[in-house]
Amino acid sequence: MNAVSIPATSSVATPKVMSTRRVFGAYLAEARSECLRYLRNPGFMLPIMLFPTMFYLLFGIVMAKHEGADVARYLLASYGVFGLMSPGLFGFGISLALERDGGLLTYKRALPMPPGAYLLGKMLMAMLAAAVVIVLLLIMSVTMAHVALTAQQAGMLLLTGVLGVLPFCALGMLVGTLIKGQGAPGLLNLVYLPMSFLSGLWVPMNQLPGALQQIAPIWPSYHLHRVALAALNMDQGPVMGDIAVLIGFALVCFFIAARRLRRVG
Amino acid sequence: MNPASDVVARLSGAVKRYGSLTALDGVDLVLRRGELLAVLGPNGAGKSTSISLLLGLIRPDGGRAELFGMDPQQIDARRRIGVMLQSAMLPVTLRVGELLRLVSSYYPDPRPLEESAALAGVGDLLLRPYGKLSGGQQRRVQFALALCGRPELLFLDEPTVGMDIDSRRKLWAAMRALVAEGCSVVLTTHYLEEAEALAQRVVVMGKGRVLTEGSVDALRSHVPLTRIRCVTDLDAGLIAQWPNVATAEREGSRMHISTSAAENVLRRMLEADTSLSELEVQRAGLADAFTELTREDNLIEQEAA
Repeated sequence: MNAVSIPATSSVATPKVMSTRRVFGAYLAEARSECLRYLRNPGFMLPIMLFPTMFYLLFGIVMAKHEGADVARYLLASYGVFGLMSPGLFGFGISLALERDGGLLTYKRALPMPPGAYLLGKMLMAMLAAAVVIVLLLIMSVTMAHVALTAQQAGMLLLTGVLGVLPFCALGMLVGTLIKGQGAPGLLNLVYLPMSFLSGLWVPMNQLPGALQQIAPIWPSYHLHRVALAALNMDQGPVMGDIAVLIGFALVCFFIAARRLRRVG
Repeated sequence: MNPASDVVARLSGAVKRYGSLTALDGVDLVLRRGELLAVLGPNGAGKSTSISLLLGLIRPDGGRAELFGMDPQQIDARRRIGVMLQSAMLPVTLRVGELLRLVSSYYPDPRPLEESAALAGVGDLLLRPYGKLSGGQQRRVQFALALCGRPELLFLDEPTVGMDIDSRRKLWAAMRALVAEGCSVVLTTHYLEEAEALAQRVVVMGKGRVLTEGSVDALRSHVPLTRIRCVTDLDAGLIAQWPNVATAEREGSRMHISTSAAENVLRRMLEADTSLSELEVQRAGLADAFTELTREDNLIEQEAA
């Protein structure tokens, strides 16, 4: 019973002020924890890394061996976009849905966590995971498919990946606020897989039926695909419009989701 | 000392409705500095709703909730509290030390990591992943997270559920030490002996209202009965008719008597039966008072009143 003792240095009576440095430290600690906990979770990281790399190995490298480096270059952009969608959709959506269900979000709301640190942490985690996927694909394309890439092209694709994950974070967040708990993975796959197919990430756009080609621009992944191709200097014409669509899409999803999160929790 | 500044948390006339269900029906609650308040009540009494209001997790439909005179949703108010919720699934892949460092980072002047860990008795678990701990160990980690920010006010929602007796006693000792330091504690619990052992003041809730409030002794006196148990040949039916005897029942060779005048009844029994043996006399505990207060018909009477 006497095992517990409290040093007499307490200062309970005087309210303390949180310094800016400590607030910044709290954001940093939150982001660090969020990254650590997912990077340590093989159930999360393995599918994210394996699916795009396996697909790229199979369709972009082994089966496209005789079609030249241009196919491998084109598919680098396609599977890059396919690969970075999942940390956004799943990293954000599923974890949010589960944590709303399991009480972690309630706990964080009761704690003096600085506003937005929770979402910012998840966002950084998704960006990091997207960067890992893009780097893996870049290494494969250069070493195995002998795609000639300049440092600038590789850098632009990486940048596209790290920023391009954000609209999908916003979409994942929206789904995560609409669905609680175990239902989220199913719904997100229902969004993820058809959207990847319909925006020409698995089968090149010009091989899709005409009607599907017509509606492809409604998918954000279609626009990101065009940006990724442009990053690799595969001529797509101007992509400023695509970037604007992606930003708009991200903002709309984010604001609807943030509103719901504030109201419903 | 200014009494108003001594209040650390307050609910005044708090009303909360969920659809047609009234979870809180005008609750007044005041918590002063350095006080350990136990909130008791059956499930659905409104304990968790009251705590949620004080934590700013939900907003009252009527009345007010205040933390340190501020809106609980203000982060400056919450920087002065520590929280242990009933069901929070913390990230299982993070180590105990990492969780402590994270939660400490939210506070302006947290305790050193080792001090928080030692207070909650998790000093030997710092490198272990949270998900690999036993239920009782996880509760202790949650307690460490609640106190790591050097809070002036601790909310502990059913803190000792799933703990073995030894852990529970250690947690009690830690709570007493924190209160001695000047920290206030709001404790909800199902274990009445916990409230009895720790609380200076007890609030009993039922059906969204405060049924009674006061010291443990004052609460006990709501039920002014004493129990007498002994082995005797006397007739239970006869004793039941003695003055001030509430009930008298026989169970094998043992007699159980509830009375509001134990001394008189005992004197009479000892005179009547010189072979009376194995005598036990016990005051009604908090549990009896609690059962009495929250009995369904009592609640209905209150509602009618």
